[in-house]
Amino acid sequence: MSNDESGALARFGVTDREIEQALGRVKVSTVDYADLYFEYCQSESVSMEEGIVKRATKSVGQGVGVRATAGEKTGFAYSDELTPKDLNIAADTARYIANSAQGTAPVPVTHRPALARNLYPHDRADIEVATRDRVTLLNAIDAEARRYDPRIKNVMAAYNTEYKVMLVATSDGLMVGDIQPLSRLQVTCIAEENGNRQVGTFGGGGRIGLEYFQNDQRYLQFAREAAREAILNLSAVDAPAGVMPVVLGGGWPGILLHEAIGHGLEADFNRKKTSAFSNLLGKKVASEVCTIVDDGTLPFRRGSLNVDDEGTPSSRTVLIERGILRGYITDKLNARLMGIPLTGNGRRESYQSVVLPRMTNTFMLAGESDPKDIIKSVKKGLYAVSFGGGQVDITNGKFVFSASEAYLIEDGQITKPVKGATLIGSGPDILKQVSMVGHDLKLDEGIGTCGKEGQSVPVGVGLPTIRIDEITVGGTKA
Amino acid sequence: MTRVIAEQDYTNIAQDLLARAAKHGATASDVMVADGETLSVQVRMGAVDRLTKAREKRLGLRVFFGQRSASASTSDFSRDSLERFVGETCALAQAVVEDPVSGLPEPGQFATDFPELNIHDSTKLQTDQQIDLALRAERAAFAADSRITNSEGGECDSSSGRIILANSHGFVGHYANSSFSLSVSPIASDAAGMQRDYWYGVNRAFAKLESPEAIGREATRRTVRKLGARKVSTCRVPVIFDPEVAGSLLSHLCSALSGYALYKGASFLIGQLGQQIAPDFVTIYDDGRMPGGLGTRPFDGEGLPTRKQAMVERGRLASYILDTYSGKKLGLPSTGNAARSIGESPSAGPTNFYMVPGTTSPEDILASVKQGLYVTDLIGFGINMVTGDYSRGASGFWIENGELAYPVEEITIAGNLKQMYANIETIGTDLVFRGRIASPTVKLAEMTLAGS
Repeated sequence: MSNDESGALARFGVTDREIEQALGRVKVSTVDYADLYFEYCQSESVSMEEGIVKRATKSVGQGVGVRATAGEKTGFAYSDELTPKDLNIAADTARYIANSAQGTAPVPVTHRPALARNLYPHDRADIEVATRDRVTLLNAIDAEARRYDPRIKNVMAAYNTEYKVMLVATSDGLMVGDIQPLSRLQVTCIAEENGNRQVGTFGGGGRIGLEYFQNDQRYLQFAREAAREAILNLSAVDAPAGVMPVVLGGGWPGILLHEAIGHGLEADFNRKKTSAFSNLLGKKVASEVCTIVDDGTLPFRRGSLNVDDEGTPSSRTVLIERGILRGYITDKLNARLMGIPLTGNGRRESYQSVVLPRMTNTFMLAGESDPKDIIKSVKKGLYAVSFGGGQVDITNGKFVFSASEAYLIEDGQITKPVKGATLIGSGPDILKQVSMVGHDLKLDEGIGTCGKEGQSVPVGVGLPTIRIDEITVGGTKA
Repeated sequence: MTRVIAEQDYTNIAQDLLARAAKHGATASDVMVADGETLSVQVRMGAVDRLTKAREKRLGLRVFFGQRSASASTSDFSRDSLERFVGETCALAQAVVEDPVSGLPEPGQFATDFPELNIHDSTKLQTDQQIDLALRAERAAFAADSRITNSEGGECDSSSGRIILANSHGFVGHYANSSFSLSVSPIASDAAGMQRDYWYGVNRAFAKLESPEAIGREATRRTVRKLGARKVSTCRVPVIFDPEVAGSLLSHLCSALSGYALYKGASFLIGQLGQQIAPDFVTIYDDGRMPGGLGTRPFDGEGLPTRKQAMVERGRLASYILDTYSGKKLGLPSTGNAARSIGESPSAGPTNFYMVPGTTSPEDILASVKQGLYVTDLIGFGINMVTGDYSRGASGFWIENGELAYPVEEITIAGNLKQMYANIETIGTDLVFRGRIASPTVKLAEMTLAGS
């Protein structure tokens, strides 16, 4: 099946006329914009623990979300039934905010562009690969992790795959569909030695199928990485507490950008002036070595999209250019209200949720420093290469993120591993502290899920090795 | 949006699925059906911002083929789809490996009494009524202090739902519940910047929801007091957790007591059953039948009766949180704590989980600290459940001579949960349920604070 709207539409069993009538019913003169978002989503998960693939789950769901916006207001309703009657009830509910009787003229949906590109072409057969193949892969992961070191006492692994078909029809007369595959493999190892138990994790994926993990036996590398981190943490010492220079490794530590500045640059918070970045467009918010983009157009990436959930093609948006704040991430509602460009970042978790401006893949461009020199430049500090989650308070700009693999740097040398420590800083200040950027830009392995207003969407991050001159490290060793 | 389906129809669908699964060769199975409706109103700066209305339904099927099992869920209840759905679920079960511990609970263990638990209030709010409540809460927040200059808005939600659980041992149970909530999140500003906080009320009975005026005023009180927050120096000091954040310490305890974390070796409380994990004035209950409770239900996700049980009794760890599977792995009976998402196999989770109040007022707890930290907000995920290592971003107030001296932010507090529970020094008298997990004010003897 190609990623075109006709195939998608056939799946929903809804006719053009029904769509145009429902749009007409909701798009009255006081409504600025309306859309119908149809979604079919099938997901499957198999998981292994104690050497047994003991759980398999599958979920199938479909439905439609109907939305109307008028000024700053949004009316929204959704239904898991797709009959004309259900569409109309949802349309009437969404229109409530407009205080108006139902529209009677259907809205012609004539602009049906083919996708300009397909960032994640796939073969349905790969996504519907037999559960047994996934079971085989998980069993091999268990064996590999235990072989890595006898101190590995338990291995947990899960393979999740999702196949989503979406179709959006808008009152602008646009109709576009996409098929969005998504897979993720996650491995967790627990190591034990003399009563000391430690955990290590590794995961990855993207808009890809099982073959991605099978190529070059990548899944075994996942097993070894998780085992390595768990074993390493057996010898970790207490993390230091206080302000110090921190070197972040490439890839997933880019979660710093996501938390520290990415959320603060989402247009909704800036329109409402509730972000610590409100009114800073054109101002210096980072050191000159920092250029940061959000790019939804990278092939096969977890955060990538052919089109966003409003039918806008995804794009590459420069957020910060050589330290200067250049742009916000937008959806249709906020771009219209703020009079700024549409960036293709209107995303929703499912038909059950409203569109919000969200990040796709957010990363810092490579700089000129040699990563080795960056480490060498630090007399006493922390080198953090892997992280758990992060969180930000948009309004005061304070963010945290927690290291899962980190080392002390002493006299320019990486020395002992340290236990997980939380780093805390202030979004509008932290990037001014970046003094060196490595030439080794790396994107993460494809594990990120971003939460906002209770909605989760897959995202990517990326970072070269960077040096932050001062940040508070929240260890226990004062 | 979906036409209302009678409870009996859902029971019939459930029975039909059990019969079909048996026909496909399943040796046992259970079905959970849930439906619900929600009306959510968000207002901002005195006008409607977002209105969401929905009615949804979903069913989950779990099948066993001997000791192999799989679970699946769907929102498509049409006859043809369900036949295909049962077939696919059965095929999935046959693809996994045998797990000797798997299975339904034994017949005879299932809930047989279904007392009135006051978890369903049939009040139907009109859209305009909810808009009015949210607007009033936001207006009250603005009126309470002139430094409130902006708002992330007010929200009023109402929802009701039904759960039906049936299994091949003949258990059939159902219950309905409801929830009403009201919240507001004002933003205060001064020359130094902006601060945001929020306050909320949530209740199963509409009549018991706090007034919008009270919620608005409290939100503003919590917000403006954060203005002018600064960092403090790295140090080791006593830390007081206000009831909201003290609840998070109990959430972590729940995670560590989950049978699944324990048998996987992923909890820092392995092997601690019967041991002293906190001082003898600490007692913690889980009560699945607390009338009107947000975690209350007559039976758990496997159909076993819920109950009130001591989890920590005078500081001694009295019980884990178990369902049938995780209990068997640990050689213990289920504690009636099976949590269930539709279409998933059960996990183990708390119902209404709370710390019994102490005898010291929150004011006296504050007065007992010469220099220390009073925490009101925690952010981040810096908790390692395997080791108990704890490091989170915090904000709150610096305590000087028993009084809140000034607001602080951009600091972390760190320690190890095992030691933190052991270091509980005082428990407040101020227990209020605003969720399924509740705690009074708690004072810990000492933690590491990282700041400037």
